[in-house]
Amino acid sequence: MTLSHALQALTAVTNREVVKFVHQTGRLISALVRPTLWLLVFAAGFQNVFGVSIIPPYETYIRYEVYIVPGLIGMVLLFNGMQSSLAMVYDREMGIMRLLLTAPLPRWYLLLCKLLAGTLLSVLQAYAFLGVAVLFRVDIPWSGWFTVFPALILGGMMLGAAGLLLSVYVKQLENFAGTMNFVIFPMFFLSSALYPLWKLQESGAEIVYQVARFNPFTHVVELVRFALYGQFNGMSCAVVVGTLILFFALAAWGYDPQRGLVRQIKQAG
Amino acid sequence: MTDLAAPDTPLAIRGVIKRYGKLTALNGIDLTLEAGRFTALLGPNGAGKSTLFQLLSGLFVPDAGEIRVCGCALNEAPSRALAQLGIVFQQPTLDLDLTVEANLRFHARLHGMGRRTTTRIDAELDRVGLQAQRNTPCRALSGGNRRRVELARALLHEPSLLLMDEPTVGLDPASRELLVSYVHELCSDRDLAVLWATHLVDEAERAHHVVVLDQGEILTEGRPDSLVASSNAASLEGAFLNLTATTKEQTKA
Ligand SMILES: Nc1ncnc2c1ncn2[C@@H]1O[C@H](COP(=O)(O)OP(=O)(O)O)[C@@H](O)[C@H]1O
Ligand SMILES: [Mg+2]
Repeated sequence: MTLSHALQALTAVTNREVVKFVHQTGRLISALVRPTLWLLVFAAGFQNVFGVSIIPPYETYIRYEVYIVPGLIGMVLLFNGMQSSLAMVYDREMGIMRLLLTAPLPRWYLLLCKLLAGTLLSVLQAYAFLGVAVLFRVDIPWSGWFTVFPALILGGMMLGAAGLLLSVYVKQLENFAGTMNFVIFPMFFLSSALYPLWKLQESGAEIVYQVARFNPFTHVVELVRFALYGQFNGMSCAVVVGTLILFFALAAWGYDPQRGLVRQIKQAG
Repeated sequence: MTDLAAPDTPLAIRGVIKRYGKLTALNGIDLTLEAGRFTALLGPNGAGKSTLFQLLSGLFVPDAGEIRVCGCALNEAPSRALAQLGIVFQQPTLDLDLTVEANLRFHARLHGMGRRTTTRIDAELDRVGLQAQRNTPCRALSGGNRRRVELARALLHEPSLLLMDEPTVGLDPASRELLVSYVHELCSDRDLAVLWATHLVDEAERAHHVVVLDQGEILTEGRPDSLVASSNAASLEGAFLNLTATTKEQTKA
């Protein structure tokens, strides 16, 4: 694999994802409307329930809508990650996956191209949502737009890798909606997206608290939250990177014809 | 016996076995293709033709045996082997939302074709006569034209070996005839080795070489006329029916 060939393949995959995304206006709109609704409804409704408190990375009392912005950015990344998984399953049904898997490149690299292309879309959508949040006058430091960038990439990649892994197991398009609900909702609700972890513990939901603590999505949200304020959360970063590597390796293994699970599917690839 | 690793042998298959659970889909396949030769892989449905194609394209891995494309072992140097292959699968593999050109470009980039992409796309579209449809989304093309785009795509990177798995299924007789003649032409013009899987005897009749596959085994191979002669039949159709009927008898017994 030469560098030029590798870059061309990355361009091929990215280009196709972007062209398809641009044609699906509905996808961008729903990607933005979903978190915006949460922002409006929840921020208004939960203002009092939440009980403000100063926790890192915040240095003053914050409003609830400020608190949930990182969680909603995480939601954007999560949905897009699952969307790429859906696209993989769709490509498999349409036969396009065969084309990809018979390209003269290592299979893990082809999957990496898919992952990077999906991450690009995730990051763009996350920024679009950040723009919406600013329009609604949520108070986010301007420097956060820059400092959050690496966190968006890592978070987007980790959740994209989760999507890739899922596409190994979900064999048919029909089964997809169910799986999405099974993955997205627990991941989102059992995390620090809507409430800080201490709040969960304080309210006596010990199990929920423990699950949320180990939920990798919590760490995406915290990584983004700290990065928005120019701070680095080492623990969350380690969890996100570790999970990314694990999920990607498992997905690559699943797509390997030697050992993988995909091989026994009728009309594989 | 030919030298397996010879780089001028487009395809050499030795002792290939593939099982799906208990079912043995391919049971010890030996096959060698030559450049400039149109080889028909003739077999009824379920014979194992598509399974063989999946192994040749690296989508599946054989349980035993060896596959070499232009001397490169598929399991040792898959990328080098795949670079020499042009494949048209039985199921369509075009992205229907993209235009003809976008589909071709996608493939060219996956093959790292770089600057020669545009001239190659032009040349192939001219050849299959789809230059005017260049910017048409593939969804708007007829079945025959979609197949031609797939063929143009398979040839874009100038492979030495072209694999076509029942490419005429679903085509009307005229487009079918056109596709068969076109591939015959290619074969001689470019010294391309062609492996054309089909269950239709008339498509095999014009081949240089016919390989009869049934229930995962090669029953016989040779020139169409010599197959007819050796089986005492009046036509290739008769020879094919005799051959496949014999295996059924044996399985029953
Ligand atoms: N992915 C698979 N899993 C299990 N059995 C399969 C699979 N693909 C094909 N088969 C079986 O293997 C045999 C050969 O199939 P196939 O290679 O598709 O034949 P052909 O292409 O000649 O019609 C058939 O009996 C078919 O049912
Ligand atoms: Mg078949």
